[in-house]
Amino acid sequence: MSTPRLKLDQVGYRYGDLSVLENISMTVRPGEFVSILGPSGSGKSTLFRLLTGAITTDIGTTEFDGKLLAKAGRSFAFMPQRDALMPWRKILDNTTLGLEVQGIGRKQARERVSPLFAEFGLAGFEQSYPAELSGGMRQRAALLRTVVQDKPMLLLDEPFGALDALTRAGMQRWLEAMWEKHRWTAMLVTHDVREAVHLSDRIYVLSPRPARVIREIEIDLPRPRGRDAATQARAAAIEADILETLLKPDTGHFDGTSSQEAAAT
Amino acid sequence: MSFSQSPSGRLAVQMISHIRHALPAILAVGSLVLIWEGYAQFSGVSPTTLPAPSRVLAQAYQYRQALFDNAIPTLRATLSGFALSLFAAFLLSVIVDFVPRLKRALFPVFIISQTLPLVAIAPLIVLWFGFGLLPKILLVALVTFFPMLVALSKGYEATEPELEQLLASMGAPRWKLFWLARLPSSLPFFFAGLRISITYAVVGAIFAEYAGAAKGLGIYMLNAKNNFRPDLVLAAVLVSAALTLCLFGAAVLAERLAMPWTRRTSSGGASR
Repeated sequence: MSTPRLKLDQVGYRYGDLSVLENISMTVRPGEFVSILGPSGSGKSTLFRLLTGAITTDIGTTEFDGKLLAKAGRSFAFMPQRDALMPWRKILDNTTLGLEVQGIGRKQARERVSPLFAEFGLAGFEQSYPAELSGGMRQRAALLRTVVQDKPMLLLDEPFGALDALTRAGMQRWLEAMWEKHRWTAMLVTHDVREAVHLSDRIYVLSPRPARVIREIEIDLPRPRGRDAATQARAAAIEADILETLLKPDTGHFDGTSSQEAAAT
Repeated sequence: MSFSQSPSGRLAVQMISHIRHALPAILAVGSLVLIWEGYAQFSGVSPTTLPAPSRVLAQAYQYRQALFDNAIPTLRATLSGFALSLFAAFLLSVIVDFVPRLKRALFPVFIISQTLPLVAIAPLIVLWFGFGLLPKILLVALVTFFPMLVALSKGYEATEPELEQLLASMGAPRWKLFWLARLPSSLPFFFAGLRISITYAVVGAIFAEYAGAAKGLGIYMLNAKNNFRPDLVLAAVLVSAALTLCLFGAAVLAERLAMPWTRRTSSGGASR
Protein backbone atom coordinates (compact mmCIF):
# COMPACT_ATOMS: atom_id res chain seq x y z
CA MET A 1 0.00 0.00 0.00
CA SER A 2 1.23 3.51 -0.77
CA THR A 3 2.25 5.87 2.02
CA PRO A 4 -0.77 7.35 3.75
CA ARG A 5 -1.36 11.05 3.29
CA LEU A 6 -1.76 11.57 7.02
CA LYS A 7 -0.59 9.23 9.74
CA LEU A 8 -0.99 9.85 13.45
CA ASP A 9 0.91 7.47 15.68
CA GLN A 10 0.00 7.38 19.37
CA VAL A 11 -0.52 11.11 19.51
CA GLY A 12 -1.49 12.62 22.84
CA TYR A 13 -2.14 16.11 24.09
CA ARG A 14 -2.24 17.42 27.62
CA TYR A 15 -3.51 20.79 28.70
CA GLY A 16 -1.86 21.28 32.05
CA ASP A 17 -3.01 18.36 34.16
CA LEU A 18 -5.89 17.66 31.84
CA SER A 19 -5.40 14.90 29.33
CA VAL A 20 -7.34 15.83 26.20
CA LEU A 21 -6.07 13.31 23.64
CA GLU A 22 -4.61 9.92 24.45
CA ASN A 23 -2.96 7.41 22.21
CA ILE A 24 -4.57 8.59 18.98
CA SER A 25 -3.47 6.54 15.99
CA MET A 26 -5.15 6.99 12.64
CA THR A 27 -4.37 7.15 8.96
CA VAL A 28 -5.92 8.91 5.99
CA ARG A 29 -5.10 7.65 2.50
CA PRO A 30 -4.98 9.95 -0.51
CA GLY A 31 -8.48 10.56 -1.85
CA GLU A 32 -10.09 9.18 1.23
CA PHE A 33 -12.88 10.80 3.23
CA VAL A 34 -12.41 10.08 6.91
CA SER A 35 -14.66 11.23 9.74
CA ILE A 36 -13.84 11.70 13.39
CA LEU A 37 -16.97 11.06 15.36
CA GLY A 38 -17.22 11.76 19.03
CA PRO A 39 -19.27 13.38 21.77
CA SER A 40 -19.11 17.12 22.32
CA GLY A 41 -16.02 18.29 24.13
CA SER A 42 -14.13 15.10 23.39
CA GLY A 43 -11.20 16.90 21.86
CA LYS A 44 -12.13 16.58 18.20
CA SER A 45 -11.36 20.22 17.56
CA THR A 46 -8.14 19.92 19.55
CA LEU A 47 -7.03 17.36 17.00
CA PHE A 48 -7.51 19.94 14.24
CA ARG A 49 -5.71 22.59 16.22
CA LEU A 50 -2.76 20.21 16.42
CA LEU A 51 -2.84 19.57 12.69
CA THR A 52 -3.08 23.25 11.72
CA GLY A 53 -0.25 24.09 14.09
CA ALA A 54 -2.27 26.26 16.45
CA ILE A 55 -1.01 24.06 19.27
CA THR A 56 1.81 21.53 19.46
CA THR A 57 2.46 18.34 21.37
CA ASP A 58 5.50 16.15 21.95
CA ILE A 59 3.53 12.97 22.56
CA GLY A 60 3.47 10.66 19.53
CA THR A 61 4.32 11.44 15.93
CA THR A 62 2.35 12.86 13.03
CA GLU A 63 3.47 12.29 9.48
CA PHE A 64 2.24 13.88 6.30
CA ASP A 65 3.11 12.09 3.05
CA GLY A 66 5.81 10.25 4.96
CA LYS A 67 7.40 13.41 6.39
CA LEU A 68 7.09 14.72 9.93
CA LEU A 69 4.22 17.20 10.03
CA ALA A 70 6.38 20.08 11.26
CA LYS A 71 8.55 19.72 8.16
CA ALA A 72 5.73 19.16 5.69
CA GLY A 73 4.74 22.82 5.48
CA ARG A 74 1.17 24.01 5.40
CA SER A 75 -0.61 20.97 4.06
CA PHE A 76 -4.17 21.60 5.16
CA ALA A 77 -7.03 23.79 4.09
CA PHE A 78 -9.15 24.33 7.15
CA MET A 79 -12.88 25.00 7.28
CA PRO A 80 -13.97 26.17 10.73
CA GLN A 81 -17.24 25.62 12.55
CA ARG A 82 -19.80 28.12 11.35
CA ASP A 83 -18.57 29.85 8.23
CA ALA A 84 -16.20 32.54 9.54
CA LEU A 85 -16.87 34.61 6.45
CA MET A 86 -15.80 38.23 6.79
CA PRO A 87 -18.97 40.32 6.89
CA TRP A 88 -17.14 43.28 5.34
CA ARG A 89 -15.99 41.39 2.27
CA LYS A 90 -18.13 40.46 -0.67
CA ILE A 91 -18.47 36.74 -1.31
CA LEU A 92 -15.95 36.80 -4.13
CA ASP A 93 -13.35 38.45 -1.91
CA ASN A 94 -14.14 36.08 0.91
CA THR A 95 -13.43 33.07 -1.25
CA THR A 96 -10.06 34.44 -2.37
CA LEU A 97 -8.87 34.99 1.21
CA GLY A 98 -6.61 31.95 1.35
CA LEU A 99 -4.98 32.83 -1.95
CA GLU A 100 -4.42 36.39 -0.81
CA VAL A 101 -2.73 35.19 2.35
CA GLN A 102 -0.49 33.04 0.15
CA GLY A 103 0.54 36.25 -1.57
CA ILE A 104 -1.35 35.82 -4.83
CA GLY A 105 -2.54 39.11 -6.31
CA ARG A 106 -6.17 40.01 -5.87
CA LYS A 107 -6.92 40.04 -9.59
CA GLN A 108 -5.28 36.71 -10.21
CA ALA A 109 -6.98 35.19 -7.18
CA ARG A 110 -10.36 36.35 -8.44
CA GLU A 111 -9.71 34.82 -11.82
CA ARG A 112 -8.97 31.51 -10.19
CA VAL A 113 -12.07 31.50 -8.00
CA SER A 114 -14.68 32.97 -10.33
CA PRO A 115 -15.14 29.92 -12.59
CA LEU A 116 -15.98 27.79 -9.54
CA PHE A 117 -18.96 29.88 -8.42
CA ALA A 118 -21.44 28.05 -10.62
CA GLU A 119 -20.38 24.64 -9.39
CA PHE A 120 -20.80 25.77 -5.80
CA GLY A 121 -24.27 27.16 -6.50
CA LEU A 122 -23.12 30.71 -5.91
CA ALA A 123 -23.28 32.15 -9.42
CA GLY A 124 -24.63 35.68 -9.35
CA PHE A 125 -23.72 36.21 -5.69
CA GLU A 126 -20.09 37.23 -6.24
CA GLN A 127 -20.85 40.82 -5.27
CA SER A 128 -23.16 40.03 -2.35
CA TYR A 129 -22.18 40.39 1.28
CA PRO A 130 -22.32 37.26 3.45
CA ALA A 131 -25.27 38.60 5.44
CA GLU A 132 -27.32 38.61 2.25
CA LEU A 133 -26.91 34.86 1.79
CA SER A 134 -28.72 31.91 3.34
CA GLY A 135 -26.94 29.64 5.80
CA GLY A 136 -26.44 26.91 3.22
CA MET A 137 -24.99 29.33 0.68
CA ARG A 138 -22.64 30.80 3.24
CA GLN A 139 -21.42 27.32 4.03
CA ARG A 140 -20.84 26.58 0.37
CA ALA A 141 -18.90 29.83 0.07
CA ALA A 142 -16.81 28.76 3.07
CA LEU A 143 -16.11 25.41 1.42
CA LEU A 144 -15.17 27.16 -1.82
CA ARG A 145 -12.76 29.35 0.15
CA THR A 146 -11.30 26.12 1.58
CA VAL A 147 -10.85 24.02 -1.56
CA VAL A 148 -9.57 26.84 -3.76
CA GLN A 149 -6.43 26.99 -1.62
CA ASP A 150 -5.41 23.81 -3.43
CA LYS A 151 -3.94 22.09 -0.38
CA PRO A 152 -3.35 18.34 -0.36
CA MET A 153 -5.92 17.78 2.39
CA LEU A 154 -9.12 19.37 3.72
CA LEU A 155 -9.97 19.66 7.40
CA LEU A 156 -13.68 20.20 7.94
CA ASP A 157 -14.62 21.11 11.51
CA GLU A 158 -18.34 20.42 11.95
CA PRO A 159 -19.09 22.46 8.85
CA PHE A 160 -22.85 21.95 9.00
CA GLY A 161 -23.31 22.12 12.76
CA ALA A 162 -24.95 25.53 12.72
CA LEU A 163 -27.46 24.76 9.96
CA ASP A 164 -31.07 23.72 10.38
CA ALA A 165 -31.82 20.02 9.85
CA LEU A 166 -33.24 20.33 6.36
CA THR A 167 -30.48 22.58 5.05
CA ARG A 168 -27.95 20.29 6.66
CA ALA A 169 -29.34 17.21 4.92
CA GLY A 170 -29.24 19.06 1.60
CA MET A 171 -25.67 20.20 2.21
CA GLN A 172 -24.55 16.69 3.12
CA ARG A 173 -25.98 15.36 -0.12
CA TRP A 174 -24.37 18.19 -2.05
CA LEU A 175 -20.99 17.72 -0.39
CA GLU A 176 -21.07 14.00 -1.17
CA ALA A 177 -21.70 14.74 -4.84
CA MET A 178 -18.88 17.31 -4.87
CA TRP A 179 -16.53 14.92 -3.17
CA GLU A 180 -17.30 12.13 -5.60
CA LYS A 181 -16.36 14.44 -8.42
CA HIS A 182 -13.18 15.89 -6.93
CA ARG A 183 -12.04 13.12 -4.57
CA TRP A 184 -10.46 15.50 -2.10
CA THR A 185 -8.54 13.92 0.74
CA ALA A 186 -10.63 15.06 3.64
CA MET A 187 -11.02 14.72 7.35
CA LEU A 188 -14.35 15.67 8.85
CA VAL A 189 -14.98 16.27 12.53
CA THR A 190 -18.59 15.83 13.54
CA HIS A 191 -20.88 14.62 16.27
CA ASP A 192 -23.64 13.82 13.80
CA VAL A 193 -23.67 10.04 13.24
CA ARG A 194 -25.80 10.26 10.10
CA GLU A 195 -23.50 12.84 8.59
CA ALA A 196 -20.45 10.67 9.23
CA VAL A 197 -22.05 7.54 7.76
CA HIS A 198 -23.40 9.43 4.79
CA LEU A 199 -20.11 11.03 3.79
CA SER A 200 -17.22 8.84 4.93
CA ASP A 201 -15.14 5.99 3.64
CA ARG A 202 -14.00 5.39 7.16
CA ILE A 203 -15.00 6.58 10.62
CA TYR A 204 -12.97 6.84 13.79
CA VAL A 205 -15.14 6.91 16.89
CA LEU A 206 -13.65 8.79 19.84
CA SER A 207 -14.44 8.33 23.51
CA PRO A 208 -15.30 11.19 25.84
CA ARG A 209 -12.30 13.04 27.26
CA PRO A 210 -9.59 11.98 27.36
CA ALA A 211 -10.28 11.06 23.77
CA ARG A 212 -9.12 7.66 22.59
CA VAL A 213 -10.06 5.86 19.40
CA ILE A 214 -12.64 3.32 20.51
CA ARG A 215 -13.69 2.09 17.09
CA GLU A 216 -12.70 2.25 13.47
CA ILE A 217 -15.43 1.50 10.95
CA GLU A 218 -15.07 1.02 7.24
CA ILE A 219 -18.16 2.27 5.39
CA ASP A 220 -18.31 0.35 2.12
CA LEU A 221 -21.74 1.55 1.04
CA PRO A 222 -22.03 2.33 -2.69
CA ARG A 223 -22.14 5.98 -3.67
CA PRO A 224 -24.19 8.08 -4.08
CA ARG A 225 -25.61 7.11 -0.76
CA GLY A 226 -29.07 7.30 0.71
CA ARG A 227 -30.82 7.21 -2.66
CA ASP A 228 -32.12 3.63 -2.76
CA ALA A 229 -33.90 1.61 -0.10
CA ALA A 230 -31.28 -1.13 0.22
CA THR A 231 -28.39 1.25 0.95
CA GLN A 232 -30.56 3.30 3.23
CA ALA A 233 -31.38 0.26 5.33
CA ARG A 234 -27.70 -0.70 5.60
CA ALA A 235 -26.76 2.87 6.46
CA ALA A 236 -29.41 2.94 9.16
CA ALA A 237 -28.04 -0.29 10.64
CA ILE A 238 -24.51 1.13 10.75
CA GLU A 239 -25.82 4.33 12.32
CA ALA A 240 -27.66 2.40 15.02
CA ASP A 241 -24.55 0.35 15.70
CA ILE A 242 -22.33 3.44 16.07
CA LEU A 243 -24.87 5.19 18.24
CA GLU A 244 -24.87 2.15 20.49
CA THR A 245 -21.10 2.44 20.89
CA LEU A 246 -21.32 6.15 21.65
CA LEU A 247 -24.08 5.81 24.21
CA LYS A 248 -22.77 2.70 25.95
CA PRO A 249 -22.67 3.36 29.71
CA ASP A 250 -19.02 2.27 30.03
CA THR A 251 -17.88 4.99 27.64
CA GLY A 252 -19.25 7.19 30.37
CA HIS A 253 -21.04 9.58 28.11
CA PHE A 254 -24.77 9.02 28.29
CA ASP A 255 -26.15 11.12 31.11
CA GLY A 256 -29.71 11.63 29.98
CA THR A 257 -29.04 14.81 28.02
CA SER A 258 -28.80 14.67 24.29
CA SER A 259 -25.25 14.78 23.06
CA GLN A 260 -26.50 15.36 19.54
CA GLU A 261 -27.82 18.78 20.30
CA ALA A 262 -25.15 20.04 22.65
CA ALA A 263 -23.14 22.87 21.16
CA ALA A 264 -19.68 21.85 20.11
CA THR A 265 -16.85 23.36 22.04
CA MET B 1 -33.54 39.74 2.54
CA SER B 2 -32.92 42.08 -0.37
CA PHE B 3 -36.04 43.57 -1.84
CA SER B 4 -35.67 44.57 -5.42
CA GLN B 5 -36.80 48.13 -4.89
CA SER B 6 -35.50 51.03 -6.89
CA PRO B 7 -32.82 52.96 -4.98
CA SER B 8 -34.86 56.16 -4.99
CA GLY B 9 -37.97 54.38 -3.77
CA ARG B 10 -35.97 52.82 -0.98
CA LEU B 11 -34.56 56.22 -0.07
CA ALA B 12 -38.03 57.74 0.13
CA VAL B 13 -39.24 54.94 2.38
CA GLN B 14 -36.19 55.47 4.54
CA MET B 15 -36.78 59.22 4.77
CA ILE B 16 -40.38 58.77 5.85
CA SER B 17 -39.43 56.23 8.47
CA HIS B 18 -36.65 58.53 9.72
CA ILE B 19 -39.09 61.41 10.09
CA ARG B 20 -41.61 59.22 11.83
CA HIS B 21 -38.83 58.03 14.08
CA ALA B 22 -37.82 61.60 14.99
CA LEU B 23 -41.35 62.92 15.47
CA PRO B 24 -41.58 62.40 19.26
CA ALA B 25 -38.24 64.17 19.75
CA ILE B 26 -39.33 67.10 17.58
CA LEU B 27 -42.57 67.40 19.51
CA ALA B 28 -40.82 67.26 22.87
CA VAL B 29 -38.27 69.94 21.99
CA GLY B 30 -40.97 72.06 20.36
CA SER B 31 -43.20 72.05 23.42
CA LEU B 32 -40.28 72.86 25.71
CA VAL B 33 -39.43 75.90 23.59
CA LEU B 34 -43.09 76.95 23.59
CA ILE B 35 -43.34 76.74 27.40
CA TRP B 36 -40.12 78.72 27.72
CA GLU B 37 -41.35 81.34 25.28
CA GLY B 38 -44.66 81.68 27.14
CA TYR B 39 -42.98 81.95 30.52
CA ALA B 40 -40.47 84.57 29.33
CA GLN B 41 -43.21 86.63 27.68
CA PHE B 42 -45.85 86.62 30.40
CA SER B 43 -44.13 86.15 33.78
CA GLY B 44 -42.41 89.52 33.64
CA VAL B 45 -38.94 88.04 34.07
CA SER B 46 -36.22 90.39 32.81
CA PRO B 47 -34.66 89.49 29.43
CA THR B 48 -31.24 89.97 31.06
CA THR B 49 -32.11 87.02 33.30
CA LEU B 50 -34.08 84.75 30.99
CA PRO B 51 -34.46 85.89 27.39
CA ALA B 52 -37.27 84.37 25.33
CA PRO B 53 -36.27 81.93 22.56
CA SER B 54 -37.60 84.40 20.01
CA ARG B 55 -35.25 87.07 21.36
CA VAL B 56 -32.32 84.62 21.29
CA LEU B 57 -33.07 83.85 17.67
CA ALA B 58 -33.45 87.51 16.74
CA GLN B 59 -30.19 88.42 18.44
CA ALA B 60 -28.45 85.43 16.87
CA TYR B 61 -29.57 86.72 13.49
CA GLN B 62 -28.47 90.26 14.25
CA TYR B 63 -25.06 89.15 15.49
CA ARG B 64 -24.66 86.44 12.86
CA GLN B 65 -21.38 87.83 11.55
CA ALA B 66 -19.80 87.90 15.01
CA LEU B 67 -21.10 84.43 15.79
CA PHE B 68 -19.80 83.11 12.49
CA ASP B 69 -16.39 84.73 13.04
CA ASN B 70 -16.18 83.10 16.45
CA ALA B 71 -17.49 79.73 15.33
CA ILE B 72 -14.70 79.30 12.77
CA PRO B 73 -11.82 79.18 15.31
CA THR B 74 -13.86 76.80 17.46
CA LEU B 75 -14.45 74.52 14.51
CA ARG B 76 -10.80 74.71 13.56
CA ALA B 77 -9.70 73.83 17.10
CA THR B 78 -12.21 71.00 17.27
CA LEU B 79 -11.21 69.44 13.99
CA SER B 80 -7.46 69.77 14.40
CA GLY B 81 -7.60 68.55 17.98
CA PHE B 82 -9.78 65.64 16.98
CA ALA B 83 -7.56 64.78 14.04
CA LEU B 84 -4.54 64.72 16.32
CA SER B 85 -6.45 62.61 18.81
CA LEU B 86 -7.55 60.12 16.14
CA PHE B 87 -4.06 59.81 14.78
CA ALA B 88 -2.53 59.27 18.22
CA ALA B 89 -5.27 56.88 19.33
CA PHE B 90 -4.92 54.77 16.18
CA LEU B 91 -1.15 54.65 16.34
CA LEU B 92 -1.16 53.70 19.98
CA SER B 93 -3.96 51.17 19.59
CA VAL B 94 -1.90 49.36 16.97
CA ILE B 95 1.26 49.40 19.07
CA VAL B 96 -0.63 48.19 22.11
CA ASP B 97 -2.31 45.46 20.07
CA PHE B 98 1.05 44.08 19.03
CA VAL B 99 2.68 44.54 22.45
CA PRO B 100 -0.02 43.74 25.03
CA ARG B 101 2.38 44.32 27.88
CA LEU B 102 2.55 48.00 26.94
CA LYS B 103 -1.21 48.16 27.38
CA ARG B 104 -0.95 47.16 31.00
CA ALA B 105 1.73 49.80 31.52
CA LEU B 106 0.05 52.67 29.70
CA PHE B 107 -3.68 52.31 30.27
CA PRO B 108 -3.58 53.32 33.95
CA VAL B 109 -1.81 56.53 32.93
CA PHE B 110 -4.53 57.28 30.38
CA ILE B 111 -7.27 56.50 32.86
CA ILE B 112 -5.72 58.99 35.28
CA SER B 113 -5.60 61.55 32.45
CA GLN B 114 -9.37 61.16 32.17
CA THR B 115 -9.92 61.93 35.84
CA LEU B 116 -8.38 65.42 35.59
CA PRO B 117 -11.12 68.03 35.96
CA LEU B 118 -11.32 70.22 32.86
CA VAL B 119 -11.89 73.38 34.95
CA ALA B 120 -8.48 72.91 36.50
CA ILE B 121 -6.56 71.65 33.51
CA ALA B 122 -7.86 74.09 30.87
CA PRO B 123 -6.44 77.28 32.47
CA LEU B 124 -3.14 75.50 33.11
CA ILE B 125 -2.80 74.43 29.51
CA VAL B 126 -3.56 77.97 28.38
CA LEU B 127 -0.98 79.22 30.88
CA TRP B 128 1.64 76.89 29.45
CA PHE B 129 0.84 77.13 25.75
CA GLY B 130 -0.61 80.59 25.33
CA PHE B 131 -3.78 81.91 23.72
CA GLY B 132 -3.22 80.40 20.29
CA LEU B 133 -4.53 77.26 18.63
CA LEU B 134 -2.17 74.81 20.34
CA PRO B 135 -3.73 74.70 23.84
CA LYS B 136 -7.17 74.12 22.28
CA ILE B 137 -5.89 71.29 20.15
CA LEU B 138 -4.24 69.73 23.17
CA LEU B 139 -7.35 69.98 25.29
CA VAL B 140 -9.61 68.52 22.62
CA ALA B 141 -7.13 65.69 22.15
CA LEU B 142 -6.96 65.10 25.89
CA VAL B 143 -10.73 64.79 26.10
CA THR B 144 -11.22 62.53 23.07
CA PHE B 145 -8.03 60.48 22.88
CA PHE B 146 -8.78 57.86 25.48
CA PRO B 147 -12.35 57.03 24.43
CA MET B 148 -11.09 56.48 20.88
CA LEU B 149 -8.20 54.33 22.08
CA VAL B 150 -10.55 52.19 24.15
CA ALA B 151 -13.02 51.86 21.28
CA LEU B 152 -10.29 50.70 18.90
CA SER B 153 -8.78 48.25 21.39
CA LYS B 154 -12.18 46.78 22.19
CA GLY B 155 -12.84 46.50 18.48
CA TYR B 156 -9.66 44.54 17.83
CA GLU B 157 -10.54 42.20 20.66
CA ALA B 158 -14.01 41.64 19.21
CA THR B 159 -12.52 39.75 16.25
CA GLU B 160 -14.17 36.36 15.87
CA PRO B 161 -11.80 33.70 17.24
CA GLU B 162 -12.73 31.34 14.40
CA LEU B 163 -11.64 33.94 11.89
CA GLU B 164 -8.28 34.21 13.60
CA GLN B 165 -7.98 30.42 13.67
CA LEU B 166 -8.82 30.31 9.98
CA LEU B 167 -6.22 32.93 9.07
CA ALA B 168 -3.64 31.21 11.24
CA SER B 169 -4.34 27.93 9.44
CA MET B 170 -3.72 29.74 6.17
CA GLY B 171 -0.33 30.79 7.48
CA ALA B 172 -1.07 34.49 7.92
CA PRO B 173 1.58 36.31 9.98
CA ARG B 174 0.47 38.52 12.87
CA TRP B 175 0.45 41.76 10.84
CA LYS B 176 -1.70 40.17 8.16
CA LEU B 177 -4.08 38.92 10.81
CA PHE B 178 -4.32 42.48 12.09
CA TRP B 179 -4.80 44.00 8.66
CA LEU B 180 -7.26 41.43 7.32
CA ALA B 181 -9.31 40.66 10.42
CA ARG B 182 -8.69 42.73 13.52
CA LEU B 183 -8.76 46.16 11.91
CA PRO B 184 -12.01 45.65 9.94
CA SER B 185 -13.58 43.98 12.99
CA SER B 186 -12.96 47.14 14.98
CA LEU B 187 -14.85 49.43 12.60
CA PRO B 188 -18.26 49.30 14.36
CA PHE B 189 -16.56 50.04 17.68
CA PHE B 190 -14.46 52.78 16.15
CA PHE B 191 -17.52 54.57 14.78
CA ALA B 192 -19.47 54.17 18.00
CA GLY B 193 -16.53 55.84 19.75
CA LEU B 194 -16.28 58.46 17.04
CA ARG B 195 -19.89 59.52 17.45
CA ILE B 196 -19.48 60.04 21.17
CA SER B 197 -16.04 61.63 21.03
CA ILE B 198 -16.90 64.17 18.37
CA THR B 199 -19.48 65.70 20.71
CA TYR B 200 -16.93 65.81 23.53
CA ALA B 201 -14.49 67.46 21.15
CA VAL B 202 -16.66 70.57 20.69
CA VAL B 203 -17.17 70.88 24.43
CA GLY B 204 -13.42 70.52 24.92
CA ALA B 205 -12.65 73.29 22.42
CA ILE B 206 -15.17 75.68 23.97
CA PHE B 207 -13.79 74.96 27.42
CA ALA B 208 -10.28 75.77 26.26
CA GLU B 209 -11.47 79.04 24.74
CA TYR B 210 -13.37 79.86 27.89
CA ALA B 211 -10.10 79.62 29.77
CA GLY B 212 -8.51 82.13 27.46
CA ALA B 213 -8.57 82.85 23.75
CA ALA B 214 -8.50 85.70 21.28
CA LYS B 215 -11.51 84.39 19.36
CA GLY B 216 -13.95 81.51 19.54
CA LEU B 217 -17.37 80.59 20.81
CA GLY B 218 -16.03 79.94 24.32
CA ILE B 219 -14.56 83.39 24.78
CA TYR B 220 -17.61 84.90 23.04
CA MET B 221 -19.88 83.25 25.63
CA LEU B 222 -17.71 84.53 28.45
CA ASN B 223 -17.75 88.10 27.13
CA ALA B 224 -21.50 88.02 26.53
CA LYS B 225 -22.07 86.80 30.07
CA ASN B 226 -19.86 89.55 31.49
CA ASN B 227 -21.84 92.10 29.49
CA PHE B 228 -25.13 90.80 30.93
CA ARG B 229 -26.26 89.45 27.57
CA PRO B 230 -27.62 85.96 28.30
CA ASP B 231 -29.42 86.12 24.95
CA LEU B 232 -26.04 86.20 23.19
CA VAL B 233 -24.69 83.46 25.44
CA LEU B 234 -27.62 81.31 24.39
CA ALA B 235 -27.18 82.31 20.76
CA ALA B 236 -23.60 81.05 20.96
CA VAL B 237 -24.84 77.88 22.65
CA LEU B 238 -27.23 77.43 19.75
CA VAL B 239 -24.37 77.77 17.28
CA SER B 240 -22.20 75.30 19.17
CA ALA B 241 -25.08 72.84 19.33
CA ALA B 242 -25.60 73.17 15.59
CA LEU B 243 -21.88 72.66 15.07
CA THR B 244 -21.92 69.52 17.20
CA LEU B 245 -24.91 68.13 15.37
CA CYS B 246 -23.23 68.73 12.01
CA LEU B 247 -20.09 66.91 13.15
CA PHE B 248 -22.20 64.09 14.56
CA GLY B 249 -23.99 63.83 11.22
CA ALA B 250 -20.65 63.75 9.42
CA ALA B 251 -19.56 60.89 11.68
CA VAL B 252 -22.74 58.94 10.91
CA LEU B 253 -22.24 59.57 7.20
CA ALA B 254 -18.63 58.43 7.38
CA GLU B 255 -19.77 55.28 9.15
CA ARG B 256 -22.24 54.48 6.39
CA LEU B 257 -19.66 55.05 3.69
CA ALA B 258 -17.02 53.00 5.46
CA MET B 259 -19.29 50.05 6.25
CA PRO B 260 -21.50 49.47 3.22
CA TRP B 261 -22.21 45.87 4.24
CA THR B 262 -24.30 46.99 7.21
CA ARG B 263 -26.36 49.32 5.04
CA ARG B 264 -27.36 46.75 2.45
CA THR B 265 -28.57 44.23 4.96
CA SER B 266 -30.41 46.37 7.51
CA SER B 267 -33.94 47.00 6.39
CA GLY B 268 -35.45 50.46 6.08
CA GLY B 269 -35.52 52.11 9.51
CA ALA B 270 -32.59 53.20 11.59
CA SER B 271 -31.46 50.41 13.85
CA ARG B 272 -29.77 52.50 16.51
